[in-house]
Amino acid sequence: MALTSKDQVAEYVAKQRRRQELLHYLVTFASMIVFTVLAFIAVALRKDINDYLIAFFIVTMAVVQVAFQLYYFMHMKEKDHGFPALFIYGGALVVFVTVLAFVTMIWI
Amino acid sequence: MSGTENAGLQAIPNPEKATLEGKNKFLGFWFFLGGETVLFGTLFATFLALRDKVASGPSAHELFSLPLTFLSTIILLTSSLTSVFAILAMKDYKAGAMRLWFWITVLLGLAFLGLEIYEFHEYLGEHFGFTTSAFSSAFYTLVGTHGCHVLFGVLWISELMLQSYKKGITTVTAPKYYVAALYWHFIDVVWVFIFTVVYLLGILGG
Repeated sequence: MALTSKDQVAEYVAKQRRRQELLHYLVTFASMIVFTVLAFIAVALRKDINDYLIAFFIVTMAVVQVAFQLYYFMHMKEKDHGFPALFIYGGALVVFVTVLAFVTMIWI
Repeated sequence: MSGTENAGLQAIPNPEKATLEGKNKFLGFWFFLGGETVLFGTLFATFLALRDKVASGPSAHELFSLPLTFLSTIILLTSSLTSVFAILAMKDYKAGAMRLWFWITVLLGLAFLGLEIYEFHEYLGEHFGFTTSAFSSAFYTLVGTHGCHVLFGVLWISELMLQSYKKGITTVTAPKYYVAALYWHFIDVVWVFIFTVVYLLGILGG
């Protein structure tokens, strides 16, 4: 079908963009499942692999997965998300300092 | 049905941010999520400081099971995707499809809650109560606060969906659906850290 009018072209572009967006969501979801499965497999293999290596690996998997969730599912990659990023990273900074203090300086 | 009642508004793209009120809801909600990050962060910090203090009660690797945690994780992850689909349908002004995806999200949330209640019930049977040890108090506070958030999300989204039968998708209702979906994703973000830090690191025993 030939695209004759301007409206038809705009509609076609919008449709393609939506299809692209849907594909991004599905790829994001598939990657999150993969990260989760890898983390569980790493723990299931705890008898054969160094514990610290597994701990480092699964925490890395969690951080990567959360980044996907924030940037794709919660749209932080889109424009007009400066303040959301400020709020979340501000919160994350407080959390980082708190967790650091609680695991290094507190003795009970 | 209600998908056509908003036909006159088809021209407005991104209805969730079309009005000043919608934009303010969006900003305010992200500010709230920043505060929630700090709330959960401090609970995580407390848990990390107390997770070895099991007194005479059971420890993490004696309690937790990989299959149950995996199932809960997949359920919550999938519900995150279904709420993305709901928002995509909302942007196309397809009220029926939006409701379908949000109702599926609610069902998955309920399934997650059911598993959590089952899990806590099992732990109580193994004499792992709230006051058993510093570890148990920190565990129930952190995971329980997350569970309460899931319950609140289930009630909130259900209420919005009931309202949507009457009001449909407008520039007034769209911001509500949008921030409810953001909330649901945030719950999933917190769970990713819970299954990693509490369950997986607990089973690891490190």
